[in-house]
Amino acid sequence: MTQRLDAATQVGASNANKGVSSGARKRRTSWTPAWVPYAQAAPLALVFFLFFVLPLVATFVVSFWNYTEYSIEPAFVLSNYQDVFYGCFSGSSGLCTTFATYLSTLKFVAIVWAVTLFIGFTVAYFLAFHIRTLPMQIALFMVCTIPFWTSNVIRMISWIPLLGRNGLVNETLASIGLVDAPIEWLLYSDFAVALALVHLYTLFMVVPIFNSMMRIDRALIEAAYDAGASGWQTLTNVIIPLVKPGILIGSIFVVTIVTGDYLTIGIMGGQQIASVGKTIQTQINFLQFPIAAANAIVLLAVVLLTIWGMLRLVDIRKEL
Amino acid sequence: MAAGSAYREERRPRSFYALAVFFALFVVFLYGPVVTILTLSFQGPSGGLTFPMNGFSFYWFERLWSGRGTVDIGTAFRRSLMLGLTVMVLTVVVSVLAGLAFRKKFFGATPLFYVAIASLIVPSIVVSLGIALEFRIVDDVFRPFLSSIGLVSRRGNSLGLFTSGLGAHLSWTLPFGLLIMFAVFNRLDKSYEEAARDLGASNFQSFRYVILPMIAPFLIGISLFGFTLSWDEIARSSQAMGSTNTLPLELAALTTTVTTPEIYALGTSVTAVSFTVIFGTLAAFVLLQRRRRMRALAG
Repeated sequence: MTQRLDAATQVGASNANKGVSSGARKRRTSWTPAWVPYAQAAPLALVFFLFFVLPLVATFVVSFWNYTEYSIEPAFVLSNYQDVFYGCFSGSSGLCTTFATYLSTLKFVAIVWAVTLFIGFTVAYFLAFHIRTLPMQIALFMVCTIPFWTSNVIRMISWIPLLGRNGLVNETLASIGLVDAPIEWLLYSDFAVALALVHLYTLFMVVPIFNSMMRIDRALIEAAYDAGASGWQTLTNVIIPLVKPGILIGSIFVVTIVTGDYLTIGIMGGQQIASVGKTIQTQINFLQFPIAAANAIVLLAVVLLTIWGMLRLVDIRKEL
Repeated sequence: MAAGSAYREERRPRSFYALAVFFALFVVFLYGPVVTILTLSFQGPSGGLTFPMNGFSFYWFERLWSGRGTVDIGTAFRRSLMLGLTVMVLTVVVSVLAGLAFRKKFFGATPLFYVAIASLIVPSIVVSLGIALEFRIVDDVFRPFLSSIGLVSRRGNSLGLFTSGLGAHLSWTLPFGLLIMFAVFNRLDKSYEEAARDLGASNFQSFRYVILPMIAPFLIGISLFGFTLSWDEIARSSQAMGSTNTLPLELAALTTTVTTPEIYALGTSVTAVSFTVIFGTLAAFVLLQRRRRMRALAG
């Protein structure tokens, strides 16, 4: 089902565009009264207005408010943003806390993006081009999809008996004599965080890339072979350019999820590794809502800028 | 070249085996860890968090469900189940209505679509904080007035499972529901509705007797998304549930405090519900498709 997501995105966008562009035309092709679509879209619009748009507006407004130890007060101050960027532009050596946190997050984004892209592409390629029958493709695709419908927290804690000090990996390594003392960096470390993120989110790469691959006309690949291309040349010159939109959609998902993540970094990092989401959460726990809001707005801006940059890199409308 | 392609059809290229091994390893990577905690949750009473297994027992399950253990799980379990079912029903209804709306032209369709996509992309902690702030502000502004006319109590807040919690979950499940509806309606020829209309069906009749039976299997898919996404949701719930905790929130809190296999027993119980729902849904989907095919053949 999820493999339709990016197709649906495209359809939705074009449907929506049609809606606006032909709204000017007076000719009605449908017998439905004009108010009906508004009534049908109203519940959806209401939910998003109340629980998405207004909350973002509230966050933006509160980020300019004042706070004391026990209350928040309406105001218009920039002190929250000054606190967020405290020491960042003073020219002193060493990074300020915020930049250091974003840099640490950026490291996870880069690693997880590269690994999920490699695994996701390979798995999708196998499913799309090497499995010959559709029922088999669907079955194997479901095998990849089912973990997506189970709990993330459980999938995280399931690494504990494997990676822990007395875990399966350490026990095995010790019993075959490869290590003398248990390896400490397996759990509650950068490694554990990256591993868990890859484990959780590779599917977000597999689905859109698989979807793009399934839409490639097989005749194009035959033609490439007929023209004398090797398997590798076909891959780099035909297949990869054609699945760029899928890669882009998967990348947007993975990059935005990892940028905003705080749970995986919290649980798998043993609550020791900083992330923007964790900073926000800590500030909320101390009821410092305005500075948490300022941090949230900065995070939102970073995520939106990243997506904008990625969309500039690949013109998705042209590719689809 | 026909011979060449036939050759490729008959014998698998060497890359096939390499990729098949890669895929198998990927599946092991996906399922291996979960299998270990499913196994370890049946640890004997004296067993610890890691292998080896000290016997096989249901000890940790009994401890968990009798409430004698460290966690009172029954309440959170019921809460998550109720919320999940509510989110499921609302996701299906709202998505279908919106899907029907997007089949026609209406002013504001493009912005609404982009808002739905944005709701999928914006970090959940930001949305969660926003909902918490919104409800605090609403409380500060409206509660004094509402309590003065005796509608609500003076002290207290509106954050809760079926107010802010429900909204937070819907802001997460509805984009999925909407995208599935787009995919479904994109494949549904408009001439079916026109034919229904030509035969004298009213708008409602054409939906009830023509559209609905055709999209029914996919509604099962949307309910699967609606329930499981809500059942496992944590990031968006974290600030939006008020004083009540859902099951995943309890579970995340336990990761830092519990040091017995009880947490695995809880993990296994939660996964059992997920699997029942997933496989129940897939079975229902297959049955519905098969029944339809039989009917098509019979008719």
